[in-house]
Amino acid sequence: MFSVFVIPFCIGVVALLVVSVMKYRRWISQFDKRQQMLVRKGILSWKFVGAAWEAFREGLLHWRITKRHLLLGYMHRSLAFGWFLLIVVGAVQAVLAYPNGHPPYVAIFFNYFEPRSENIAHFAEARFYANLMDGLLLYVLSGLLLAMLKKVWSRPMGMRRTTRHNLTDRIAKAALWCIFPLRLMAEAHTSAIYGNGGFLVSGLGRVIDWVRLDQPILEYQWWVCYSLALGTFFTLMPFTRYMHIFTEVFLIYFRQLGLRETTDRTGYTNFELSACSRCGLCIDGCPINNPLGITNTQGVYLLQAVRNKDLFGRAERLADQCLVCHQCSNDCPVGIDLEAIRRQVRINSRKKTDDNSGYDYLKAVRPFNALGRVAYFGGCMSHLTPSITEAMERIFQASGTPYWYMDKERSICCGRPLLQQGFESQARELRRKNTQLIKESGATMLVTSCPICYQSFTKEYNLPVRVMHHTEFIEQLLRSGQLKLKEKSALRVTYHDPCELGRGSGIYDPPRQVLEQVVHLLPTQHERERSLCCGFNLGNTVLSTEQQTEVRERARQNLLEPHPDMIATACPMCKKAFARGTDTKVHDVAEIVAEGLLETAMQPTHSTR
Amino acid sequence: MKKVAVIGAGPAGIEAASLLAAQGLEVALFEKESQPLHNLTDKAFLFPNFADARQVSERLLEKLHTPGIALLKDTPVVSLLAPTAGGSWQVNGQGFDAVLLTSGYTTFDARRKEELGYGIYPGIHTSLEMEQMLREGKIVNTIGDMPRRIAFLQCVGSRDEKVGNHYCSKLCCVTAVKQAIEVKKLIPQCEVYIFYMDLRMWGQHFEELYREAQTDYNIKFIRGRISEAGGTFDRRVQIKAEDTLMGRPMKLTVDLFVLMVGMEASQGTRSLAAQAGIAGEYGFAQACDPHTSDNCTAHDGLFVAGSCKRPMTLTDTLADARSAAWEVLRYLHSGLK
Repeated sequence: MFSVFVIPFCIGVVALLVVSVMKYRRWISQFDKRQQMLVRKGILSWKFVGAAWEAFREGLLHWRITKRHLLLGYMHRSLAFGWFLLIVVGAVQAVLAYPNGHPPYVAIFFNYFEPRSENIAHFAEARFYANLMDGLLLYVLSGLLLAMLKKVWSRPMGMRRTTRHNLTDRIAKAALWCIFPLRLMAEAHTSAIYGNGGFLVSGLGRVIDWVRLDQPILEYQWWVCYSLALGTFFTLMPFTRYMHIFTEVFLIYFRQLGLRETTDRTGYTNFELSACSRCGLCIDGCPINNPLGITNTQGVYLLQAVRNKDLFGRAERLADQCLVCHQCSNDCPVGIDLEAIRRQVRINSRKKTDDNSGYDYLKAVRPFNALGRVAYFGGCMSHLTPSITEAMERIFQASGTPYWYMDKERSICCGRPLLQQGFESQARELRRKNTQLIKESGATMLVTSCPICYQSFTKEYNLPVRVMHHTEFIEQLLRSGQLKLKEKSALRVTYHDPCELGRGSGIYDPPRQVLEQVVHLLPTQHERERSLCCGFNLGNTVLSTEQQTEVRERARQNLLEPHPDMIATACPMCKKAFARGTDTKVHDVAEIVAEGLLETAMQPTHSTR
Repeated sequence: MKKVAVIGAGPAGIEAASLLAAQGLEVALFEKESQPLHNLTDKAFLFPNFADARQVSERLLEKLHTPGIALLKDTPVVSLLAPTAGGSWQVNGQGFDAVLLTSGYTTFDARRKEELGYGIYPGIHTSLEMEQMLREGKIVNTIGDMPRRIAFLQCVGSRDEKVGNHYCSKLCCVTAVKQAIEVKKLIPQCEVYIFYMDLRMWGQHFEELYREAQTDYNIKFIRGRISEAGGTFDRRVQIKAEDTLMGRPMKLTVDLFVLMVGMEASQGTRSLAAQAGIAGEYGFAQACDPHTSDNCTAHDGLFVAGSCKRPMTLTDTLADARSAAWEVLRYLHSGLK
């Protein structure tokens, strides 16, 4: 059982296996110490069960994409799961047909070898398998049709804009798109001669037979083309986006073992880079794209630039052109930590200028004995919106919470703005000092007013105390009855989810629960995970004020659409951004609560500028 | 008789109206407030010669007695329509041969810069409120005592990209110097600080005033912005700043903190300029050309004067109003109308 046409396919498969193994081995060897330790510890655990389930759900069924858009999910699923089933069912079919064994390629080219084999077993379900294989091929072809449709008109597939691919990706894609139609044609031509195959292939075979009439049927050429398409695709695969098919499985496994991105590029980063399918789902939601119309900086392009060793310093520019609103990593179906990779690029580009400017003043900040108290960290941005810190002090006092306003006089930054800009060592210096202050104070809890600080304290610090954002803290005070409010006001309020609090920290409900007890909360079109960026995030330093304002305007329109009396938010940065551009009052959740503590409840009013 | 509408009875409106009426035109002077000269009457003394603002006001108000001026108080202009072919300009539905827009300025709302604590902490005032205190001749801190230290901050809401006002408001520098000197005249032992970006002493006698402030009144000028202001337990104001000449951060506790708020286009200027299609930068009204036709607009018969175009001192406003009156006369006599 051999024919020359199988050679391209075989070469392709071998090339794919060799290159993949080499790449994966190299990346695994690039894991840092902690990642290696986690892999060693987890490799014998049961975590692979969870990983296998997730790999099946995401790698084959594309569950996250389906949740986002049904048709888009169907397209991805039919191509991935359909092809997977074609291979599996084809293998089973070959095993049943050749009980005495067969070369591996026979399963792929089954319809070619089947009528030519003498030692083939006529098993009972042969017809069923033939029809099943045809059904699966039809399933894949339907997905392919949608993929082609998406290329010319992506809107029905839930995407405004799709990725611009590079040349190798396009060649590989052309090869991939050829595979299934060529398979159909090859099998149909064989069927035209031998009458084998299921409903689809034999049906098409009869048509070919009728059309060609007395002319010879060019069967072999089709099989050559099919094999060439397969061979081309597999050879190119490790160098194109299609490598994500395998890499995603590894990535899911390593993630289940607890591996995460670090401040430096590691082997894990290489897995993430390779797991990006370049689907382009990160483009539509990006505020740099909508409304600013800059469409070449999104996650997919950043990863591309990093993957290509950043030959032209492009990654640095792309990494800076970002508001760090977390929308892209939220939208990423593979769950790639785009923020971390962007930060790595930024840290790397700042290394040239990275001199510790010496925070001499840190020495002068002394720990304070706040044993058993709640430490309150306003943060630099809240210092610029003093109504928020004033409100928090009133809330602490009204609820009888013993507190220590730790950065009232000498404020030390939490370090996150520096870290976001790539100044890693400076940020570390600040973190060390804050950690010391908190530990030595004896405080039992840390409350922050700024979601930027909150993310910093929860993700970048390792504190021995519980950290809460003030919305969580107030919600808890209200629930436990430590804080009592006057009757609910008639104010109609829309709530803006700050990026750092919502998508960044997953805090969506506490602010809403608090607001619902104080005011009448109105829904808006873009809420929670789909909240729009206010445009003034500290993560960005390259956008002009005009561009930031344009981003803010889109978010502001969304918030003003239900005609509220007031906009509420839970971030000093967002508050400032909106307050600058609107006649409608903008207040932090804490301010609204503190106002509700007063004798007279607030009246709905429109302030004039 | 030709009819002219002048919108806004501020210094520019009154000056131009009196000149036009003296030339035999029928002038309707629209004023949204119940009294003319709204923005001038709340001033105490005028730079650079410390002229009494009340006397200047009175002199201007006298000009309203020129025969031919009809002052329409409490009459905001809600509609300003360009003439249809051969018709006349429509102001609140009445026809006019020419319209002069003198709708003026307003000051920046300091609440928009929350970090400066205005409206949140006691002891923080705008330059207008300071002027009011100077008018009454009584400056007290938050607990009614004589203040021992006062800080002025320049460029609040002007030359500030973050609030969207890139332009210089032009007269706050000298106003702060003037107010600081007046404070020192009232309370010689009070320490006075002025925080500035750079001092723009461009007008006649401004530079001399700045010099006097240092030599005769010992007013301290600190180059640097104030980043934030907060309250203290004793109801004073703590400010955080950077002395950029010394290159060091500084903290200062003061009894009163005065924000020199910049000039912005008034609500009337914004809406009327937009209605008439002559809206320029930052909501101000746009004249044709800053050199040769600074009072003409893109529309025949519509003229502009004073601080509805850009921040302008009283001196310049009055000169601009006279020039606008001349342009209106030339237009009406040229046969264009």
